[in-house]
Amino acid sequence: MAEYRLKTPLTDEDVEQLKAGDIVYLTGTIYTARDAAHKRLVDLILNGEELPFDLKGSVIYFVGPTPPKPGEPIGSAGPTTSYRMDSYSPILIEHGQKGMIGKGKRNEAVKEACKKHKAVYFGATGGAGALLSQRIKKAEVIAYPELGPEAIRRLEVEDFPVVVVNDVYGNDLYEIGRKEWEEK
Amino acid sequence: MRVVKYDDIVKSIRDMIIYSTTHLADDMLEALKKAYENEKSEVSRAVLAQLLENAEIAKRDWKPLCQDTGLAIYFVKVGEDVRVEGGTLKEAIYEGTKKGYEEGYLRASTCDCFTRANLKDKAGYNLPPVIYFDLVPGDKIEIEYAAKGGGSENVSRATVLAPAQGKEGIKEFVKKVVSDAGPNPCPPLVVGVGIGGSFDMAAVMSKHALFRSIGTPNPDPEMAEFEEELKKELNKLGIGAMGMGGTETVLAVHIETYENRMCHIASLPVAVNIQCHSSRHSHIII
Repeated sequence: MAEYRLKTPLTDEDVEQLKAGDIVYLTGTIYTARDAAHKRLVDLILNGEELPFDLKGSVIYFVGPTPPKPGEPIGSAGPTTSYRMDSYSPILIEHGQKGMIGKGKRNEAVKEACKKHKAVYFGATGGAGALLSQRIKKAEVIAYPELGPEAIRRLEVEDFPVVVVNDVYGNDLYEIGRKEWEEK
Repeated sequence: MRVVKYDDIVKSIRDMIIYSTTHLADDMLEALKKAYENEKSEVSRAVLAQLLENAEIAKRDWKPLCQDTGLAIYFVKVGEDVRVEGGTLKEAIYEGTKKGYEEGYLRASTCDCFTRANLKDKAGYNLPPVIYFDLVPGDKIEIEYAAKGGGSENVSRATVLAPAQGKEGIKEFVKKVVSDAGPNPCPPLVVGVGIGGSFDMAAVMSKHALFRSIGTPNPDPEMAEFEEELKKELNKLGIGAMGMGGTETVLAVHIETYENRMCHIASLPVAVNIQCHSSRHSHIII
């Protein structure tokens, strides 16, 4: 279990060194999107239209934050359950996305896409929304404001703490961890 | 007949929501501290440490513990000798919910089932809540509130077993629900189990079981023993905090049975409602 400090956007070299269980602190620009925004992004790709941000090397955080109080960049902002994005993530990965941040299991199609196109799935601590929001220095809605908490936001993060769950080699931290501690 | 003012109920509910979504309930805080001491996996311990730090920050800044500030769930006991002046009790709960969520900078998480459009402009901010009313003797109104997040709700399940399946069948069902859920509902968990009554009543009881102070045993000694047995069994699954692998997956199992273990002669209804570690619940007596 190693520790890395990485800057976004991520490159193939960045993600190739990561193994399931490694701790990573991300710094730079990341984007937020949940199911509704994912559906719109995938529709744009399928229709050959331009996306609201550059997917190449991008990291997408699955989060729907609480509204910020006056003077705060963002409200509480922990990860949401990722399986709802499973039907969309492989297409985005194929088009250059390098990282996803969420919580919970992904399906085989996502894991395969991570292997084939070199992308990783990071887990952030669910329910640690107050703590995680402190690592978000700026937030700006860049698309679909009508979706409210589900709008796409551009975030500037500093040392945002995540754990590698699915790496480019097909390893899955949830399976490895559980196998180690399961009592038969 | 005792009279309670509508506006007083609205204010009490508003304040209760803002406080309990930013201050982790004492029972959960204690349970997490204990889990941190007992957890054998290093990765899971690191997650538990983050959760304890999160609770500190949330309390200090009055910031929501989790961005999913939930559907507002209420169990309300209304005394037969009390009435509300200035509006109905149900209206007061709706208004208190709207105010609490909007003025507390909490998330509006209600939407249309099919269009998925947020209901904040149509029904009101984070409205409607889910309310269960009960009529009881006395002149008080008791309101239990929980902010119930979607992640743990999504993995909850109900079934009706054959009577012959008995306790073994219940154990297998509960185990399957928690095992299938894995990391998704944000463990460590509290597991609410409703047994008996009808199909729907089992589900309601499984939710109400989550309001009990964590680790307080069921008053029925046999059920208290069953709770401990289930907890031990579930912690063998190895899921750990946030599913990273570990020994502390379930903090407590709370069983509720209907009217001292009643059900139909043909049925054994069982429901499992999962509560994530961000247990935000509170209650007031007016």
